[in-house]
Amino acid sequence: MANPAHAVPADHAAAPTQSYFMSWLMTTDHKRIGVLYGLSAICFFVLGGIEALVIRTQLAAPGQHIVDAATYNALFTMHGTTMIFLGVMPMSAAFFNYLIPLQIGARDVVFPRLNAFSFWLFLFGAIVLNVPFLLTPFVDMRVIPDGGWFGYATLTEKTYTPGASIDFWICGLQILGVASMAAGFNFIVTIFNLRAPGMSLLRMPVFTWMTLVVQFLVVLSFPCITIALVLLMFDRLFGTHFYMPEGGGDPLLWQHLFWLFGHPEVYILILPAMGIVSEVLPTFSRKPLFGAPFVIFSGITIGLLGFGVWSHHMFTTGLGATSDAAFSVTTMLIAIPTGVKIFNWLATIWGGQLRLTTSMLYALGFVCMFTMGGLSGIMHASPPVDLQQQDSYFVVAHFHYVLFGGAVFGLLSGIYYWFPKMNGRFLSESWGKVIFWILFVGFNTTFFPMHIVGAAGMPRRIYTYDAGLGWETPNLIETVGAFTIAVGVLFFVIDLVRSIRSTSGPLAGPNPWDGSSLEWVTESPPKVHNFDVTPTVYSERPVWEKNYGPGPGYSLPTVEEHIHLPPPSIRPFYLATGVAWFLVSWLVAGQFFTFGVCSALVAVCVILYSCVSWFLEEGH
Amino acid sequence: MLAPRRLLARLFAVVGSVLPLALVAGCGSSTMSTIEGHSDLTRSILDIYGTIFWIDLFLFVLVQGILIVAVIKFRATGKETAPPEQVHGNLQMEVGWTIAPVLILLVIAIPTVSFIFDSQAQAKDDALVVNATGKQWWFKFEYPGYSFETANEIHVPLGRQVDVRLQSDNVIHAFWAPQIAAKRDMVPGRVNHITFTADTVGTFLGQCAEYCQDSHALMKFRVMVDTPEDFEKWANHEKQPVADTNEASDGFKAFQGATCIACHAIAGSSAQARVGPNLTHVGSRTRIAAGLLENNEANLKLWLKDPSAVKPGEGRNGVGMPNLNLTDEQITTLVAYLQSLK
Repeated sequence: MANPAHAVPADHAAAPTQSYFMSWLMTTDHKRIGVLYGLSAICFFVLGGIEALVIRTQLAAPGQHIVDAATYNALFTMHGTTMIFLGVMPMSAAFFNYLIPLQIGARDVVFPRLNAFSFWLFLFGAIVLNVPFLLTPFVDMRVIPDGGWFGYATLTEKTYTPGASIDFWICGLQILGVASMAAGFNFIVTIFNLRAPGMSLLRMPVFTWMTLVVQFLVVLSFPCITIALVLLMFDRLFGTHFYMPEGGGDPLLWQHLFWLFGHPEVYILILPAMGIVSEVLPTFSRKPLFGAPFVIFSGITIGLLGFGVWSHHMFTTGLGATSDAAFSVTTMLIAIPTGVKIFNWLATIWGGQLRLTTSMLYALGFVCMFTMGGLSGIMHASPPVDLQQQDSYFVVAHFHYVLFGGAVFGLLSGIYYWFPKMNGRFLSESWGKVIFWILFVGFNTTFFPMHIVGAAGMPRRIYTYDAGLGWETPNLIETVGAFTIAVGVLFFVIDLVRSIRSTSGPLAGPNPWDGSSLEWVTESPPKVHNFDVTPTVYSERPVWEKNYGPGPGYSLPTVEEHIHLPPPSIRPFYLATGVAWFLVSWLVAGQFFTFGVCSALVAVCVILYSCVSWFLEEGH
Repeated sequence: MLAPRRLLARLFAVVGSVLPLALVAGCGSSTMSTIEGHSDLTRSILDIYGTIFWIDLFLFVLVQGILIVAVIKFRATGKETAPPEQVHGNLQMEVGWTIAPVLILLVIAIPTVSFIFDSQAQAKDDALVVNATGKQWWFKFEYPGYSFETANEIHVPLGRQVDVRLQSDNVIHAFWAPQIAAKRDMVPGRVNHITFTADTVGTFLGQCAEYCQDSHALMKFRVMVDTPEDFEKWANHEKQPVADTNEASDGFKAFQGATCIACHAIAGSSAQARVGPNLTHVGSRTRIAAGLLENNEANLKLWLKDPSAVKPGEGRNGVGMPNLNLTDEQITTLVAYLQSLK
């Protein structure tokens, strides 16, 4: 899409003949795609939560048999995979999609159809991962992924996991990988090219900055897992030996490739939440972000260092002293930019006028619990301590403090902050605060005791345990906490649905929270084309400065603009179908080889047809 | 710095004030507690653990303290007429909280790096070598210096360095005995080492820590630390073949007839297969089924009747002990025979 200023008039905006359903299927509007990501993420978050509840019920007391060992192993595999790839990542993607064009003063992303393609492919990948739950009753083999979210070879090789479970996992993750890569490039190009006049890089909102860093992490790290999965697929399908020592392979090759993706992935999950918190804390403190350039450069540093620490997941694998020492030191280095961020957030609220809205409570909760997760992280950055904590419940406590207390609380803060922008009306503030406290108490009740039970030597990924090791009480408390979280999430979903459907309640107006970035210029909810005229930006806090000085903040040119919007298109859906079909064919080939290969060839035809018709489509 | 023991007592005082979990700390050898060390290796881990714990506690109180004070002190009253002072940053403070963590991390990094190199140094020449192999789902232990093999129970002498050589010929497992040996992975195609010198006589628990499918949760072992004399006595007994090598006995015939002989070895007899655990002195072990059950008549019967009912996945996919559909009569004979293998 060209720069809007030079574009043709908007005559394709919405074809009136489309049904409501088709209008969503064919949408190329970044806001609607953002909503699709957000709603899917909430559905999968609930699904992953139900899996967690079964896990916690099983572990409530020693020696229980609510589910058998095989089912339990499938549940923790799917819980991890779901929460990471289908819960937190798409919820972040929802914010990227909805907010980035608004924050940089653009009408859409650079490649709107590619954006739609990413979403549909994500949805297909999510379905492939979860469809085994429905297949299980009808087939005579294990089909639910059960190799752990980390899928360590040699366990995931055909010799040790002969069913189709790992094939579903490989296929689902490959589809999700393509979706993430496409979205990653799309947002990098968008952020670099579509910023409003005057918005230099250092005037970009911190959330946009963190999004940019995350997209680089995505496009640099996902190829690692793609390669790892292709090699695993070759081992399983064609009998190669990339990870099998019998054939000269090495199971640690998998771990290197996986964690070279897996550790940046942690920052892919947490940096968007850090970006959100860096927007919410200043707004509700009525102050600028303290040391904004330092917060931004810390985010970049965390992203860069994130590629140099992967082997800290492998301290117990015997890489040798030099390697352990090097990766230990690089891991500790990450504590420095992380600490800088935390202290800057504290300095931001210090001396402010704090309005404790629900969004602000979640942001403060983020700082509180992310700090906790960071501090426990320093412990296993030290290999001697890691030799005791690795694969114990202490680590489970650690990363839930980072990813639930951190990422999820940050995302919830963002939902409460931007919901009025998206919906035009607020989520219930009074319910919101109740839900916050339920989740805060429930979260700590669930995950704090995991430190204790981990220090008492309880390994991860065990479906049962014996009495008498001091593990009973903490486990019971954890289960109570898990159900408390479930109550909080239930209330949240009820309030969300009610608020979306509600036609009463106060209107938000363009800038309900006295925010400072460009999305607060436009109406709530924003018009299809976001801005009538593209604003010119003079400050890193355009809206605040416009209202309070000292500078002009931003200005709206009076020149008439031609607004070009991408017309709806079904091509992204077709192409996503083709790509997903192609990858599913290899999953099928695991059981029915010839049929799978033929199916892959047909899929290639679908892909070619979709591509050609995509290129030839008018109006783009 | 405080001595580890006192430090840990304090650690639990802190933790105990949050949750009533004093039960984690006590109980001596019958726990998996990671904050109790009974070897040079685990004690030096605890020193570093303690240092980091105190630093973490300090930082935790600092950050949460500032957060709480800020929220109380700077809460909006609703009566403000103008926004607060718009402070954009402060270079000195940024430099300060960039350098301070570097200094704190040095306090952690220096002992960490020195531990890494010390703990992975070559074992001494007179160290006791034990080859440990992870299986689905049990541990095989070989003592090359004494030429015998046992399973799921490793005996080591007090005060002598032990070099456990960890390997696997199937999937990845991890050897984790928190109070004696900490943790290292058993990776197919590699040999990893754990070296330690135990300093307390007793029985210590261990468990596989790397997910290895169905019965991962039930893959346990024990480390018995003996006095040097007791250890020699045990090792010399273990390397003896069975006393009764009469292969015409009812017991051995049942052992052959039920096809046990296809997988298990009994030194000194014609049973030499090495697929399952070596049963030469199975009667003298304290536990069966990879540390899961006490070694007694009832449990042996339970195990032989249907192994997968005790440990899920046994016999599935050609892994572990299959259900041999033994008759009650066969089981009774076999149990008596196995118990006689002292």
